[in-house]
Amino acid sequence: MTDATLSYRAQRPPIKRTSTMIFLGTLTVFVVLVTVLSGADLISTSFVKLLGKTLCLALAAVAMDVVWGYTGILSLGHMAFFGLGGYMIGMWLMWARTEAIVQANLATQSLPPTPAELRDAIGGQIFGVVGTSDIPLIWSFAHALPLQLILVVAVPGLLALVFGWLAFRSRVTGVYLSILTQAMTLALSLYLFQNDSGLRGNNGLSGLQNIPGFENTSQAWISLTFFWASALALGLGYLLFAWVVSGRMGSVLRAVRDDEARVRFLGYHVESFKLFAFTLTAIVTGIAGALYYPQAGIINPGEVAPIASIYLAVWVAIGGRGRLYGAAIGAIAVSLLSNWFTSGGVPDIDLGFYEIRWTEWWLVLLGAGFVCVTLFAPKGLGGLVDLIARRTDPDRQGAYGPDTGAKRTSEGAE
Amino acid sequence: MIRFLLAFLLTTLSAPALAQADLQTILQTHADEVESPGRRTVAPVIEDLLASGLPSVPMFLEAWQGRDIVRNAEDGLFYIAGAEKDDTVTLIDIASKEPVATAPDAALSEARPNGGVRRVIGAALVQFRLSDPDPQARRDALASIARRPDADQIEPLRGSLDTEENARIRAEKERLLNILVARFGATTQARVDAIEALSGSITPDARAALAQILETEEGVGTEAPGGNVAGPVTLSPDEAYARLVDEGLAPPIVTPAAIRDAILANAEGDSVAGIPLATLNTDAARRAAYDRLATDGRASPFVTQAQVDAALAIHRFDAIYTEADPAVTEAALASLSAVERQVALNQTADLALDAISLASIYFLAAIGLAITFGVMGVINMAHGEFIMMGAYTGYVVQQFVPDYTLSLVIALPLAFVVAAAAGIAMERLVIRHLYHRPLETLLATFGISIALQQLAKNIFGTQARPLTSPGWLSGQWVANELVSISYIRIAIFVLALAFLELLLFILNRTRLGLEVRAVTQNPGMAASMGIDPDRINMLTFGLGSGIAGIAGVAIGLYAQVTSEMGANYIVQSFMTVVVGGVGNVWGTLAGAGLIGVLQKTIEGFNPSNTLAAQTYMILFIILFIQFRPRGIVALRGRAAEG
Amino acid sequence: MIRTATLTAILCAGALPAVAQDADCPIKVGVLHSLSGTMAISETTLKDAMLMLVEQQNADGGLLGCDLEAVVVDPASDWPRFAELGRQLLTEDEVDVIFGSWTSVSRKSVLPVLEELNGLMFYPVQYEGEESSKNVFYTGAAPNQQAIPAVDYFLEELGVEKFALLGTDYVYPRTTNNILESYLMDQGIAEEDIFVNYTPFGHSDWSTIVSDVIELGSDGSQVGVISTINGDANVGFYKELAAQEVSADDIPVVAFSVGEEELSGFDTSELVGHLAAWNYFQSAESPENEEFIAAWQEFIGDEARVTNDPMEAHYIGFNMWVNAVEEAGTTDVDAVREAMWGQEYPNLTGGTAVMGTNHHLAKPVLIGEIREDGQFDIISETDPVPGDAWTDYLPDSAVLESDWSELECGMYNTETESCVQLTSNY
Repeated sequence: MTDATLSYRAQRPPIKRTSTMIFLGTLTVFVVLVTVLSGADLISTSFVKLLGKTLCLALAAVAMDVVWGYTGILSLGHMAFFGLGGYMIGMWLMWARTEAIVQANLATQSLPPTPAELRDAIGGQIFGVVGTSDIPLIWSFAHALPLQLILVVAVPGLLALVFGWLAFRSRVTGVYLSILTQAMTLALSLYLFQNDSGLRGNNGLSGLQNIPGFENTSQAWISLTFFWASALALGLGYLLFAWVVSGRMGSVLRAVRDDEARVRFLGYHVESFKLFAFTLTAIVTGIAGALYYPQAGIINPGEVAPIASIYLAVWVAIGGRGRLYGAAIGAIAVSLLSNWFTSGGVPDIDLGFYEIRWTEWWLVLLGAGFVCVTLFAPKGLGGLVDLIARRTDPDRQGAYGPDTGAKRTSEGAE
Repeated sequence: MIRFLLAFLLTTLSAPALAQADLQTILQTHADEVESPGRRTVAPVIEDLLASGLPSVPMFLEAWQGRDIVRNAEDGLFYIAGAEKDDTVTLIDIASKEPVATAPDAALSEARPNGGVRRVIGAALVQFRLSDPDPQARRDALASIARRPDADQIEPLRGSLDTEENARIRAEKERLLNILVARFGATTQARVDAIEALSGSITPDARAALAQILETEEGVGTEAPGGNVAGPVTLSPDEAYARLVDEGLAPPIVTPAAIRDAILANAEGDSVAGIPLATLNTDAARRAAYDRLATDGRASPFVTQAQVDAALAIHRFDAIYTEADPAVTEAALASLSAVERQVALNQTADLALDAISLASIYFLAAIGLAITFGVMGVINMAHGEFIMMGAYTGYVVQQFVPDYTLSLVIALPLAFVVAAAAGIAMERLVIRHLYHRPLETLLATFGISIALQQLAKNIFGTQARPLTSPGWLSGQWVANELVSISYIRIAIFVLALAFLELLLFILNRTRLGLEVRAVTQNPGMAASMGIDPDRINMLTFGLGSGIAGIAGVAIGLYAQVTSEMGANYIVQSFMTVVVGGVGNVWGTLAGAGLIGVLQKTIEGFNPSNTLAAQTYMILFIILFIQFRPRGIVALRGRAAEG
Repeated sequence: MIRTATLTAILCAGALPAVAQDADCPIKVGVLHSLSGTMAISETTLKDAMLMLVEQQNADGGLLGCDLEAVVVDPASDWPRFAELGRQLLTEDEVDVIFGSWTSVSRKSVLPVLEELNGLMFYPVQYEGEESSKNVFYTGAAPNQQAIPAVDYFLEELGVEKFALLGTDYVYPRTTNNILESYLMDQGIAEEDIFVNYTPFGHSDWSTIVSDVIELGSDGSQVGVISTINGDANVGFYKELAAQEVSADDIPVVAFSVGEEELSGFDTSELVGHLAAWNYFQSAESPENEEFIAAWQEFIGDEARVTNDPMEAHYIGFNMWVNAVEEAGTTDVDAVREAMWGQEYPNLTGGTAVMGTNHHLAKPVLIGEIREDGQFDIISETDPVPGDAWTDYLPDSAVLESDWSELECGMYNTETESCVQLTSNY
């Protein structure tokens, strides 16, 4: 296993380094392949968009793996950060695009607009859909890309910092923390659902695929660019996290996962480590969201509903916790399969007495899949790599951790 | 058609006395209006009918109100529709009440008075119905008066009092008469007496009568107004000035839009008043240009703050009662203020009842979870789907057992069995293998949850299914006009209490409970004492799931049965258990109580936005857990370590 | 890693089934309705209705000598998926027209894609207006075709003096209620006589809200409820009304989102006398309607299945499109769009629907009273009302106009006489 104990690290070359190289290599090959295929018009723009979005989800899953698989915090609210990142970039996209349209329209008139009129016209277009033309305070920075880009990082980061500080300080752990994070994302989605939230209520921010300043660039190019950006972000994020979890820091994080109390008695300030992991992953998830939503085209409060975060956890579980590439594989596999089944790509099966339509049965299949993976393949898809690498031997020795996060004797005996 | 025209001509030409002689003839003069009446246009028909004094008029009006009147296209006449057989309808004469003809269904067009017209007809019927032998008709008449009090009703109502035998109806008649006198009484003294009699009454119509007596009109002027003055109106300076402008008493303030319009209206080519339009891209520049226009007399000048202040200083805004008699308004004011305190008190009581009811619903939804999650520590994301299963069980039972009471009696235990069986199956097949990995239980049960939801969609369809409560559960318990709660909510409350008792009994007083507690605290030790942990876990899980099933039936009775109903409760339920404190049934009760009361309180502050109330409630819960991470009722000692 | 690559390869192959086929025949009709998730409740029926219409058309000899083929995809009530699948339908399946969407957010999700790729979509559901896209035909009701006439009915016929506007918290109720509030104030209803409340989707705890509504009438005014409550939440709402013993005579409720399909999930005995406003009711008496109902029940194999307003919208939209394609002699979007203007087709309720140059239909407005059997008694029917894309009752949109034929603009400001925008940026 990749989360080898300290003693193992001394004996074996850290597999992480090799796995990181393989992952990045595969990613590069994949990017080149997709670029070539799309250049040759063999894969469609919508498929490139799908792949780009999937890479963003993979990045979020990798971050989730660090916080759950390595640090042992099962956050059921990480998609809130993903959504916030999307909202922050979406605000600029909507503002800048509307501003261009409004300016073009007002320029045709004999009387040039005053700044107030310009603002009113922009507000009227963006918020007309929720029946107002007042620009809420939270849109103060929306006119400037650099400021809004800072917010992409700052808003999820600050939320994670404050929330994490409160939660870890009062030693909320385990299941309680999971439910608390779930409450956080629920509160956020309920808040955003309100029309008065200033972020256009249930309609959310739309038309995000139209990038201001690139009105004449074809979507094929835009989606390819975003695909590259997503791949780059995934690669960088993967490197960052591989670095975080490989050094001393990684050891402490895993130790926190396995026995928080012991680490605390060893003199480490556990809360700081947890807070660091929570906040850093939140920031990266936010960046992934900021790359995702311009490809999806619309963001609305449904995206931060609790179920989205549960899915994120499920991807990581299916891919294999505690190994970064596992999380990425899980996210990619499940979201692509989901997509395939619901887009009518899978032929229906006629059993004679009953016709299985996959749009109706896909979720049943997926649910059963979750159960099977949890029961029969606790290491997830990533466990397959162990088979290839013939690393089936348990890498745990000695006394096992006493409870939840730790490996049990029974698992060691597998 | 020709016959009809002839009839029409005859009616209009013949003497009015003749027209009054026959109900059908009166109807024919208003044929179109009778066939498709409108609230505002129906009055002449009813006046004619009442004026005719025919004995058949009340019967006809009732039939009309009940939508039993049809018009036969063959002869253009109106009939009461009788029994229908093989698309042929028996026609009953409106005057004689005898079957006179038959006609094919297709030839008949129904006269369909809408709700508004039916109310007008009801008002016309009041005088006939007040002394009707049928008590229900008398009650209808009184309801009609209560809905639309009118000065004309005083005399018939007073007249009917003497002959009234039913004590309740008599009391109601006296009450209504009092209200009518308060509003329309002949003498000041009679009215004041009636109003004083209203002072303790919180019924809506009594308050309505007082409110209507106290209706005011707001006026503006430079001098003290005449009439029955209620008092000055407090307005902000902006509002006050806007009113002056509306009344034409002051010039409007020049807004940026007005500046813009004036500039555009006076533009000559590319410039206005000598200033190029292209430079007017700031408010300051535009104001300067407007100023030039104003000095040229081409636009009205700016209104300065001093002018506004001066205008406000010389005008006063007063509210004047539409009721001219000061004695009456004073009495009404005194009565109303006495009533208002009562109303506020009662409304709070009503809100409290709602809060308790909501809390019991949350409790019922969460109580199963209090066992599986709270006691056993299993995170069962499919808990909501057990609730759903129970509700669908109730629905299926109703398909086979049409009697709602009986079907409920069958559905409740059956829902328990179905959900418990599903729970036990899940425990045996999945959860058993995951007891040491609670977070993975979460994932596996989440998988089961989405699969079950989709299965329910595949089986029952996506549309909501009806689950109907028996007649004795419909309606509401009324403490007074303001405090009331529906029986179904009381039933849920009782059910919640019953389960609380049952669970406490099982956990604290039975062998099973003892074993459950033992297994939860230390499975190894319990096993060595001869308890089979597998069996206990299975039974406990079955119990928790079964209770969720029963909760499903209860929830389905008051809300909707859909495949997603469980998902609506799952997050709330987890929060209820966590806020209350895990491992303790009392804790769940406390959690549900806190959340229910809190939500209703927040809703009370902002009744127009339920969503905001929910958001703030969850934020509160998040903060609350920071300060009491183990919930309201925290376990201490060794049990807390589990 | 190999797994990822093969998976991708499989998916690439799976996602591109249509590229090699002939672009002209068969003519493809995209159906973009959610078959899973929360909106499946309403949308699955519309998918079936589309399949029936396509089948009927094929039985009648197809179109331009080609067979029609329905391409069904499932956006799963996930709004970004509407954009994604819309793109897939237009670029990969190369459909000639799309029938789909329910709820504004799904439409606004797919809009930019339609405009970018010059697709054509028919949107069949009543909506809040304030939109007119070059690439969308709106066959559902705009507010002036449903909400305003219903309020007029309340004012004129029922003499309602105080209004409770209850809605689910999303854009359609919000905008509709904004329009209604402004309209009611124009009609002389005071601001304090209008009670507005928004609840979340699937809300079930209605007791306090119903009490508030009853309390509105405590001064003796006639209260009426305008309900834009969506979907399942209606069940709890009507149950609570019945529990608090409020009848339609005391407080009438007119609903804009409750039709035959929704009523099939209710115990309707409690709802009798309450109202709904639509452009179509199954109980409408006309030979076309009888034929349509019979065909639908046969197609679905269920005598009890009901028809509803959005189905009629698809029926009209589809037939208009067929006629427009025949008139244009091609499925080319621009040609068909121009042929659509002024297109006429008989309503199922009698009379003729006309497609305006603002891409909205002119249709009669019907008000029905709920009967015990889950059907509606039609108690009022207006002359055809042309759909108004930009409402006249909000100051910001009163100056806007949509006319794709003369003005060639969907958002034309009549005050400044300029086209505010050509593409839909809302």
